[in-house]
This record gives sequence, structure tokens and C-alpha cells, in this order.
Amino acid sequence: MTKTAFSSLLMTPVNALMRIVDAPLRRLQKATGISGMAAFFLAPNMLIFGIFVLLPLVINFVYSMTGGTAFFLSERSFVGGEQYARLFSCVDYLDPMSCQEDAFWTAVGNTFWFVLLQVSLMILASLVTALILNRDLVARSFWRAVFFFPVLLSPVVVGLIWKWILQRQGLLNYILYQFGAEPYSWLTDRTWTFAATIGVSIWAHMGLYTLILLAGLQAIPKDLYEAAEMDGTRPARVFWRITLPLLAPNLLVVVVLALIKAVQVFDEVYVLTGGGPGTSTLYLTQYIYETGFASALRNPGLAAAASILMGLVLVVLTLLQLGVGRRSENKGKR
Amino acid sequence: MGAAARFILRRKGGPGGRGWHWTDIVTWVWLIGGLVIMFGPAVWLTFSSFKTPAALNEFPPSILPYVTSQATVEGYDKPLQLYDAKMPDGSTRVLAEVRRIGIMAQMVDPKAPGEIIRVNINDRTPVRSVSFATENYTEPFVHFDFLRYLWNSVFVTVVATLITLIVNSMAAFALSKYEFRGRNLAMLIILATLMVPLSVIMVPLYSIISTLGMFNSLWGVILPTVATPTGVFILRQYMLTIPDELIDAARMDKASEWQIYWRIVLPLTAPALAVLAIFSVVWRWNDFLWPLIVLSRRELYTLQVGLSIYSGELNVQWHFILAMTVVTMIPVVLVFIFLQRFITTGIAGTGLK
Amino acid sequence: MTMKSILAGAALALMSTTAAFAGDVRIMWYSDGVEGEVMKDLVDRFMKENPGINVILDNVAYGVVREQLPVQLEAGNGPDIARVAQIKDLSRHWLDLRPLVKDPAYWDENFGAQADWMRPDGSNQISGFMTQITLTGGFANKTLFDQAGVPVPGPEATWEDWAAATKKVKESQQIPYAMAIDRSGHRITAPLLSYGANYIGADDKPAPIDAGAKDYLTKFVGWVEDGTMAKDVWVSAAGTTYRAAADDFINGQLAFYYSGSWQVANLATKIGDNFDWVATGSPCGPAACTGMPGGAALVAIKYTKNPKDVATFMDWFAREEIVKEFSERTLFLPGHKAVVEKGGLSFKSDNEQAKAALTKFVEASKTTSDIALKLPAWRWSDTFYAAIVTRVSQALAGELKIEDAFGRIDADIAQKVKDAGQ
Repeated sequence: MTKTAFSSLLMTPVNALMRIVDAPLRRLQKATGISGMAAFFLAPNMLIFGIFVLLPLVINFVYSMTGGTAFFLSERSFVGGEQYARLFSCVDYLDPMSCQEDAFWTAVGNTFWFVLLQVSLMILASLVTALILNRDLVARSFWRAVFFFPVLLSPVVVGLIWKWILQRQGLLNYILYQFGAEPYSWLTDRTWTFAATIGVSIWAHMGLYTLILLAGLQAIPKDLYEAAEMDGTRPARVFWRITLPLLAPNLLVVVVLALIKAVQVFDEVYVLTGGGPGTSTLYLTQYIYETGFASALRNPGLAAAASILMGLVLVVLTLLQLGVGRRSENKGKR
Repeated sequence: MGAAARFILRRKGGPGGRGWHWTDIVTWVWLIGGLVIMFGPAVWLTFSSFKTPAALNEFPPSILPYVTSQATVEGYDKPLQLYDAKMPDGSTRVLAEVRRIGIMAQMVDPKAPGEIIRVNINDRTPVRSVSFATENYTEPFVHFDFLRYLWNSVFVTVVATLITLIVNSMAAFALSKYEFRGRNLAMLIILATLMVPLSVIMVPLYSIISTLGMFNSLWGVILPTVATPTGVFILRQYMLTIPDELIDAARMDKASEWQIYWRIVLPLTAPALAVLAIFSVVWRWNDFLWPLIVLSRRELYTLQVGLSIYSGELNVQWHFILAMTVVTMIPVVLVFIFLQRFITTGIAGTGLK
Repeated sequence: MTMKSILAGAALALMSTTAAFAGDVRIMWYSDGVEGEVMKDLVDRFMKENPGINVILDNVAYGVVREQLPVQLEAGNGPDIARVAQIKDLSRHWLDLRPLVKDPAYWDENFGAQADWMRPDGSNQISGFMTQITLTGGFANKTLFDQAGVPVPGPEATWEDWAAATKKVKESQQIPYAMAIDRSGHRITAPLLSYGANYIGADDKPAPIDAGAKDYLTKFVGWVEDGTMAKDVWVSAAGTTYRAAADDFINGQLAFYYSGSWQVANLATKIGDNFDWVATGSPCGPAACTGMPGGAALVAIKYTKNPKDVATFMDWFAREEIVKEFSERTLFLPGHKAVVEKGGLSFKSDNEQAKAALTKFVEASKTTSDIALKLPAWRWSDTFYAAIVTRVSQALAGELKIEDAFGRIDADIAQKVKDAGQ
């Protein structure tokens, strides 16, 4: 009772405000009709979106056609497709080291493998965790919280925590040392470091996907399983024929969100490995950030060209996914 | 195979109490392992933040922060450090070190400080006790304008979240409940930019912010982040599930479009709004790179930017950074503890179809 | 509620973003140690003596100075004064204080030696002054040497001598690595010069990487491969990121650590009494025994709205007694001629090892080679450093052969020169 009283008290001024807003909006609606109202609802978002997301993308395209080291367009000279030509100038297209911009192609390759491995392993881990959390557990909300906790940490903190564990005088070596192992520099080993970036980003993000999948599992009607059990259907079959298809919409959301996150990977890896050893964990976003902003060898035009290429791939990928999603969603409807 | 079925299918209220089964073992190994892996690192970070700079560098590291014990010995001005020293006869004594010359240490017995005993430094180990270096926390507070940074962080987080909710829900409403020319185009553009990370458009975005005069302004941090395509996407997907009949009925009752949005659609979208609100809060609270670029006046720093000032050109003052990191984690953990149920059921509730 | 709080928020935000008031001087400052606090003290004292001027010290991460300040400056956005390390690269943004300071002759006399480091080529501008001069040099863990029974190599010892001696220490004392150099193009340039490298070509443009540089870098890579030189520091980052090996030295894991004078205060506090350490100066090569000079400068920025107040502050802070006090309290080597010549700096430290090390650095500065003295004022130094660090660490990580790395370094530098010409 008190709770509702409190919230109604809280809402009173808001409601009053909304009523005040309503009068002029009714007049607007009379003047423009319903489609005008659609424009009204869309306008603020589109305005902000246009200025802070779309416009930069367009400017970026212009940037990619200019050369020089200056930051502001007015001081840059037009060079046409030169930056793109530079990115694509390779002796052998299968070997990044033969390219003029070897770092770019290394980053593309690294990002590809990262996305592939991170997304698939993370979804697997989330699915297993969700299935386990869906069991009849004592203190389920506590366990749910355990897996969700790292989602709330900032990427910088995530990178810091794991750096503190994996470095030579870190916790991992300490634990191994208790078992008599010599300290090992995990972060100087190309394979281990690459694996660490995947592991750490799974650690940081899997909680969210676990929850989404868990929600899906709990929404599956119980009687379906009971019916299957009565028919003596084999459990593996039950999983493939009932659980997985009914989980499909949630899985799709998970795949889309996880891919978006994975492709953008930057902060936590930048803090953890800085892209090293060598360039083995240099991912695209870091390449673009360093080329455009941070390095003494910086070249904003080149960074812009790289980001346009990355953007094109991402757009195709997103649209493809949503296309597939729509089809499977229609199929899944019964 | 029936066991596997129970493993996969068993749910709350299902059959139980049949003793231990291998699936139970898997479950508990997974859960306990998860507990250690998920919480362990943060606990380790917290303990580390209480170590002195010298202790942070030690290998092998200790879980708890230790310092060498000291004793005040008669005849010496400063407290001396205590060591367990191995004597030539094989016994061990607690001695205080006066000074060390090369590999020999000159030590005295704290109880009988008259006689100097020479000990090889390999034969002595420090006497240590747990001690929390709270100065890692207190010192930054003295010349670290914590409350100011906290206020800026809260301001950015709250305002950005409110704008995100209002603006995104309005757009999602338009995109899900109206037919108009260009709707598909707008949707396409929003979806296409779903994956573009901010760091990729940093250079042009910077020039826009600076042209608009939002450099060194909290608005320069807030505005670029509020029109998130992800938000519009989530909310629109959810609003699509609201039956159009409800809206048509309201129109019959002469409700204005604004009222439909405000009184019907928004309340029904509450679970999705809650999820977006939570994400927005977490994202904005944790934002680092963009605020670092836009804010370079100390009265505008957010907490995340504030703690970065301990990274110098040549040295990083890890002890302060770790301590301040723990401090910035506290509000998130608090929010989490109090809203845990709400957060998890919120995400579950949207179904995020 | 929502609207109200937005409005309230907007009002507050507007209040906090109001433009600079007359009399405001903003200083962008980064700290490696205690200098931020010392500076704060000094600023407070200045404001007491000059009540009309409000100096605001914005402490930032060094990354902000390195990465964001250049962009701010291009947009005309920067602070009024900044403490920076890439002082030549950005020199076209610095304010000429010559017409503004009380006594330009004082500045020329005391800061003239480094004035070229921070002004556009060919001008006589007074841009600011060095808050500290640094010199790269080595540190040896004397206790480890003693325990191993190996004598610490003398001032004439070459890098090979050091490698041989520290290797013996490493084997006898079971430490992971014998030596380490910070991951920094500036640091590794010192041995390169000692091995006869010269970056500067005939027309003042970058020269291709020469035999001396190749000689040392090949040795360096060999040392990393055989475990003499620490690998972690160099391969644990990509690109031009700076990494220091100080932690390993502090932890007694290194016999010899090549860094610079700025580490003295850090080592003194963190090592304490754990072992004896000495500064050794720079090991020799066939051509020289040089370290690399460097440092950070306090410069005034052209886009300031209060040039007069800025000059007043700079004049005050450049005063002999202030520079002296600042250096003593921060353990920095001063860049003020009179302070250096008069000597008598009493560094505020009760650590005898630190004092001895600082004296050693002052002494070692005498063997600095001519090229080393030229590089800080040369426009392409940073380009060189960046290319070397990036490519050499790729070679160390096994991605490139060192011979190929040389080709890449030349190509990177040529590309940058070409980009800059556009």
C-alpha cells in the first residue's frame, strides 16, 4: 500500500506535466494529422541520431578521401581513393605481412577469429549456465546474481582486474606456484594472450546472455515436457525438438547482441594486453583508434578509410542476420 | 538417458530428493567454479587495493596485504623492521635490523639492544602482519575532488538515461505503431548503425562537439550517447507485441496520440524500459574513453576520468588506481544488491523477443 | 518529475560550463609521482601573492596530454598552460612569451639551452621552460652483484660487458632476466647512438636506418631471445604504448635496468631497504657512452585569452628559487642554468642511495653525445621512436624477422614524412 501511495505521489507532477504538454500536441495533431504525429515522435531521436551518429559517419567518409596529418577537414587535402588503395596494397592477399598496411590486415584477421570463437564459446557457456540455473536449485537468485555480476563492471576495470591476475607477479602464477610451477609470463605468449582476451570477454559479458536464455527456458510450457516424458521421448531428442526450437527467438537476440559487442571489442583488451604481444591481440577498433588518434604515426584519413570498410562489413552482417532472423522467426511461429 | 533428461528438463518443483546424481555434481561443480571465477577476481582486486606500492610488486604475491612488523628499539630514533633470523647454531631469533651493508645485515635483539649481531641477508625473513594500507583511499580523497566527480558521474548517468528513455521510446512508438513514408528507411538506417562503435567515429564526432561548443561540457558527454540504436531496437521489438486494437479503441475514445503514447504504450512497455534503463545506467556510469576526450577540466571530471589521473608518463601509481577503482565499483555493487531481483526479472520479463 | 529534473540539470550544466573568466589560468598537468602535490602548493602560494589571478590546475592522465591535447590544440580548445613531453612536435601551438615576460634576457640566459626543443625551427620564441631535464641511464642491483660475487662493470663498460656480467649474476642468483630496457623509442635510442647510429639525414629529414642502429637492434633481439634481456616489457603491448620495467627491478628480478633519472624517486620509495642499488650512467658502444636527454616542459599556449596573466605565472614559476624548490621537492633535475651551476641543491630525501644516484646522473650527462643533444629539438624524433618500438617489438614477438623490421621502420617513417607533406 505505501509503495503505491509513494509512487502515485511521485507520478502526480509528471502526470500534470504530461497533461500540460497534451493541449498543444492536440492542436498539432489537428493540423498535421496522424502521420504528422509520427514525425513528431520520431523527430527528437532522429535529430540527435543524425547529428551525433549519422553526420560523423558521413564526415568520416569525406575524411577517408583526404590526406595529411591535420585533424580538421578544412586543413586537409583531397586525395581521392588513395587511402583505400593503400589499405588494399598487398603483394599476396592471403598474407597480411605482405601488405603495406600490415597492421590493418592483421587486425582484420584477429578480429575475425576473435568474433568467431568468442561468440560461439560464450553462447555455449551461457546456454549451459542457463540450463543449470533452470534446474531446481537452492538460492537460485543468488546464483543468477553471481554470473551476472561482471556485466556491471566497466571494461576498464575488467581489463585491470585480469591484468592483475595474469601478469607475471599475478594471482594465477601464485596459484600455480603453490603447486610448484615456475612463474610464466602469460601475457607474452601469443596464443595464451589471444585466449585470455577471449576468456576475459566471455567472463565479462556472459551473465547478460545467460539471463536472456534463462528467461526463454522458463517461458517454455511445462506440459510440453511432461507430454514428451509420457511418450518416452529420448532426452536428447527432447532437447533438439522442444527446447532448442522454442529457445530460438532468444538465441537470435543473444547472437545479435553478442556479435555487436564482439566486433566492437576494445577497452578491456586495450587495458589488458594493449594489443600485444606483437600484434596478436590487435583488434580493428584499436587499430582505428590508434591510427586516427593516438600514435605518433597517426593518419586520420587512413583510420577513416579503415572504419568505412569496417562499417560496410558490419552493415551487411547486421542486415543478413536480421533477414535470417525474420525468416526463422516466421518459421518458429506455430 | 533418463538422467540426462532430468538434467535438462528438471525445473523448480520437479521431482527431487532422489540422492546424488552425476548431473547434480556437474551442477555444483559448475556453480562453485562460477562463484570462484566470477567473484574471485574482484575480491583479489579489493585486497590488492589495500597493499602498499612495494607490496603490490611482490612475487609471490599474498592474498591479504602484509607489511613488515616494526619495533621501537631503545637507542634508535626510528622504528626498526623485525626479522626472523637464523643463527649459526641453527636456532631462530626475532631481531630488529639496524642497517644493511651489502649482503650482511646488522641486527639487534629488541630486548637487549646493546650487542650488534651480523646476519647474512639470506638467513633472515621479515616478520609480517596483515595491515591495510588505508592511505591508498584516504590520500586521494584529500586531493581528489571525490564528491565533485561523483556528482558529475551521477548527473551524466541520470540525465543520459532519462533522455535515452524518452527519446528512444518516442521513436520506437513511431516506428512500431505508425505507417508512414520513410519508415522502412529510418528503420534500416538505425539497424545499420547498430554495430558501429563510438571509437570508430571519434575523430569526426570530436570536430562536431567542438563546433557545437560542447567541448568541456557534460552535454558533450551525454548527447552523443543517448540516441542509441540498440535502445530503439529493443523498445520497438517489444512495442510490436502490443496489440493495435488497444490503440484503435483509444482513438475511438478521442484520446490524442500523445495520450496513447503516454497512457497506454509506455506503461505496457515498462519491462523493456526497465531493461534499457539498467543498461543505460551501467553504460553511462562506466563510460571512459569518450569522457576522457571531451572533459579536460577537473571540475567536470567523472569518476572514471578522475581515477585515470594516476597514470603518468613514466609511472603509474597503481595503489591509488586500484583503490579508486574499488570506490567506483561500490555504487554499482550497491545498485546491484538492492535491485538484483528487479534487474534479473526485468531482463527475463521482456523476453527480449 | 522527469522534465523538471532535466531542466534543473540543464541549468546546472550551463552553470558549470560557463566560459573562462578573466583572470583564469588553466594548467593541464600530469604527474608521475609527487609533483602534482608540489605544484598545487606552489600554485596556492602564487595565488596568494597575486590575488587577481585564479590559477586552476587540471590534473590529467599522461595519455590525455599525449593523445587528446594535440587534437584540442588543433581546434583551438586547449588550456592556457600545459606540461608536455612532445614539445617540438606541437611547437606551432605555443605562445611566444618574449614580448610578455618581464626580462627575456633572464629566460635566454637560464633556459636558452633547451629553448630550441620547444619552438618552431628558426624562431627565437620563448615558449616556456623545462620543469625537469631527464637523462636516460642504467641502474644496477648491487646486492645481486655482490651475492653473485661479480663486480659491477665500470663506467667504460660496453653493453656486451654488461650483458656478460649480468648473465653471470642471473645464473648464480636464479633471477628470471639479467637486464631490461623500458619499452620506449626514446630509451632504446641511447644505445643505438652509442653504437654509432644517426637518425638525421643530410637535408634534416630522416635518414634510412643505418649500420649502427642495425648492429645494436640485432644484438638486442638476440639478447631477448637468449633470455638475457627481459621479454615481457617489450612484447606485452602493441604499437607505441610505453611500458616501464621498473617493477621487475624493484622486485629484485633484474640485475641491470636501463631507464632514466626520473626513476630515482620511484625506486627510492619502493625499494626502500630491500637491496642496494646504484645508478651506473649509460653503457658504452663503439661510438659513445651516451644517454638520451629529455624531459617535460611547461609551455604557454597560443590560444589563451589571458596572455598577460599566463606570462605573470610563467615568470613567477621560472624564478630561480621556485625552480630550485620544485626540483628539490620532486627530486627532478632542473633545467635552469643558474640553479645547476650554483649547485647546492639539497634534494628532499633521506635516502642516501637516491642522492648518490642523482649525483651520478649529473655526472653522466657529460658524456652525452652531440646527436643525442640534437634529437630533442629535431622534428622527426617521435616518428623514429614510434616506428622503432612498433616494429622491433613485432620482431621480438616472432612476427617479423629483424631484417624485415628494418625495412618496415624505413617504410613507416617515409610514409609519415609523405603524409605530413600533404
